[in-house]
This record gives sequence, structure tokens and C-alpha cells, in this order.
Amino acid sequence: MLDGFIGFTQALSQWMIPLVILGIVLAARWRGVLMYESFITGAKEGFNVVIMIIPYLVAILFVIKVFLASGLFEDVRWVAAKGLGTIGLEQAAESLELLPLALTRPLSGGAAQGVFVDLIQKPPAGRFGPDSYIGNTASLMMGSTETTFYVLSVYFGAIGIKRFRHTLPACLIADAAGMCSALFFGWLLFT
Amino acid sequence: MLNRIWFWLLVIGVCYAPVKSVVAPLMGVEITAFDRDTGQAIPPPTIADMGQEVTTAAIEGAESAVSLCLNLIGPMVLWLGVMQIAKDAGLVDGLAWLMRPLMRWLFPEVPDGHPAQGAILMNLSANMLNLANAATPFGLKAMKELQTLNTTEETATNSMATFLAINTSSVTIIPFTIVGLRSAAGSEDPAAPLFGIFLATLCSTCVAIFAVRTLAKLPAFAATAPEPLSVSVKELA
Repeated sequence: MLDGFIGFTQALSQWMIPLVILGIVLAARWRGVLMYESFITGAKEGFNVVIMIIPYLVAILFVIKVFLASGLFEDVRWVAAKGLGTIGLEQAAESLELLPLALTRPLSGGAAQGVFVDLIQKPPAGRFGPDSYIGNTASLMMGSTETTFYVLSVYFGAIGIKRFRHTLPACLIADAAGMCSALFFGWLLFT
Repeated sequence: MLNRIWFWLLVIGVCYAPVKSVVAPLMGVEITAFDRDTGQAIPPPTIADMGQEVTTAAIEGAESAVSLCLNLIGPMVLWLGVMQIAKDAGLVDGLAWLMRPLMRWLFPEVPDGHPAQGAILMNLSANMLNLANAATPFGLKAMKELQTLNTTEETATNSMATFLAINTSSVTIIPFTIVGLRSAAGSEDPAAPLFGIFLATLCSTCVAIFAVRTLAKLPAFAATAPEPLSVSVKELA
């Protein structure tokens, strides 16, 4: 039953895009839209928007890469684990394995995915495996947060906005809430 | 805000490793390094290695930004074309009409029937179904439409902030990527986190809406007031 469901979602994920496009085209046909011309009209906008984004994205990705290369996050985890160890909370120290993921996620999708794949790698290659508490909770964290800095620089870059006002703090608060609820539901569902 | 974050990320990124290698021995902490694949202890990187690593990271960051954009052109052109068909067929307006009450509450600045409504809804639906390469084109289209309602040019509006907060915390029904990565790692139950992700994203979206509405009222984040009318009248005279 469960295998069938997983197989179904996997097949669905592969068919989702063609089916959406087919549905749109069928509806357009029914309404008598000149669809080739419509497509060209809409598509013309695409190119310029993307070119607009480049300087904004280079600015943000370059400093994020440099920051991640410094190794600060690994040291933060090390220090936090030591701290929890000395006050006798080795159990909680295991959850700190999730800290680099939580810190990397808003900055870089690629780096976060690297950390995530590392966490769900089965022993002996990895340490936890996808079905462990850490692996499951990491999956929740990946699913419930976004690469905020990337999204903001792309979306604002496309229209040349330079003052973000409250957008960044609001998004980071939402990310933190996503992380906390992922931890909570991970603890609730997988321990 | 962004100026400060950018500055500190760069300063910390460049200085952290060299400073650590100087300060740590003084504090009596021994730096150990481990090979990422084998877990074996390896000699800690020299100052020269660190410099090389930071340089590579900087160049790689710039390169990946451009290649990300170039890879985005294809999907962007494709999906904006498809969206135009959907719009001409009346599908987008239909969706916007159905969701009108919600859109009015979330985006009071966007008038009914404005193209931004449709684009926002298309983006949020694509996000829920985890169609990442369709979500971005719709999202950028939505930003362009929201910009037409913006009177402050280079400053974000409340609608944009709300849209991005919902977008980045978006409720996910089917997280295909994660299920895929899990089954690639040999999971016995790749779909196990589905329900948890749905609940967690529900929480984060509620927090996002609450946070963005609360922060918008703080004076620190006020949009610059539009130019007073009297000035332009004087100039005319």
C-alpha cells in the first residue's frame, strides 16, 4: 500500500509538468485562443528579466561562498557540542549535527543539499542514514525552509529593488520558525 | 541592512580562518583537520591553502551565479509563454477570482483583477507542488507586476514583502526533491517526512504572515514617503 503510494508520487512527480502544460493547452484550445502567438508574446519578456538578475546574484553568491569557505559554522557546532557535553547533555548534543544544516540553509541551496545528503547517508559511508531521527528531522528541515538570500536577491534583482525594508527579517523569522517546527515535529514523529 | 550584512559576511569570510590559526594556539586549542571522506586526521591547512580556498570560493560564487541565471533563461521563457496561454484562456483570472477573498486580505494594495494576483497565485501553486523551475518564472512575473504598483521605485512595497515571506516559507504538499534524495540514499520509507513537512511549513507560513505584517508597522522599516505634492507644484510655477 505504502510502496504503491511512493511509486505513485514518484510517477506523478515526473508527469506533473507535462500534465500541467497539457491541461493549459487543452483549455486554451477549448476557448479558441491563438496559442502559438500567445506563447511568443509571453515568452519575449523572459530573457531580459533573467539578464537583469545577474549582478544582484553575483554580489550575493560571491560573499556567501567566501563566508561558507571560512569554516565558521563547523567551529560553532564544535564549540556548542563541547558546551553541552560539559554540562552533561550528550543526548542533546546529537541534535547539534543538524546545526550546520540549519545555518547553511538560508544562505545556499547547493551547500545545504550537500550537508543534507551527508546526514542521510547510510552507515558505513555516513553516520546516520535517512531513517534515523537525525535523517528524518533533517528532511523536515530541508522541506520547511527556503534559500532565503538567494530568493530575495533574484526576485528583487529582477525589478531593480535595492531597499528590502522588512522583507529580510520577516523571511529569516519565518525560516527560524520553520527550523523550530521541523525540530518539534521531528521529535514528535520520529522518536 | 543588506549593506551591513554583505560587509560582515565578507569580512568574517576572509578573516576568520587566518585569525583562528593565530588565536587558537595562544588559547591552547589545537586545530585538528579531518578528511571529509575517510574521517582520517590530516595536517591542518597552511595560511597559503586558506588563501587559495577563499579565492576559489569567491570565483566559484561569481561563476555559479552567472550559470544559474543562464540556466534560468530556458525555463523562464518557456513558463512565461505557457502562462500567457493560460492567461489568454482565462485560467489565470479564474484562479484569481476564486482566491479573491484571500488575496484581498494578504495584498490589500493590489486591486482586484490586477495581473499581479494571477502571477502570485501561479507562483504559490507551483511552490506547493514543488515545481521549482516553474515557480521562479511565475514569481519574477509577479514581482514585475507588483513593481507597476510601486510608487517608491527602488524600495520594496508591503505587498512584495508579504509575497516573498509567503513564498520562502511556502506550504509544501509534495516535496519531490527530498523524497528523491531519500530514496537515493536507500531509505526504507522515503515519504516518511511528507506529513511532518506539511505541518512544519504550515507553521512557518503562519509565522511569516504574522511577522511581515507586524514588522511593516515598525518605523524603522517605513517606506520613504512619496514626494509631497507641493514641491512639484512649486517647480511647475
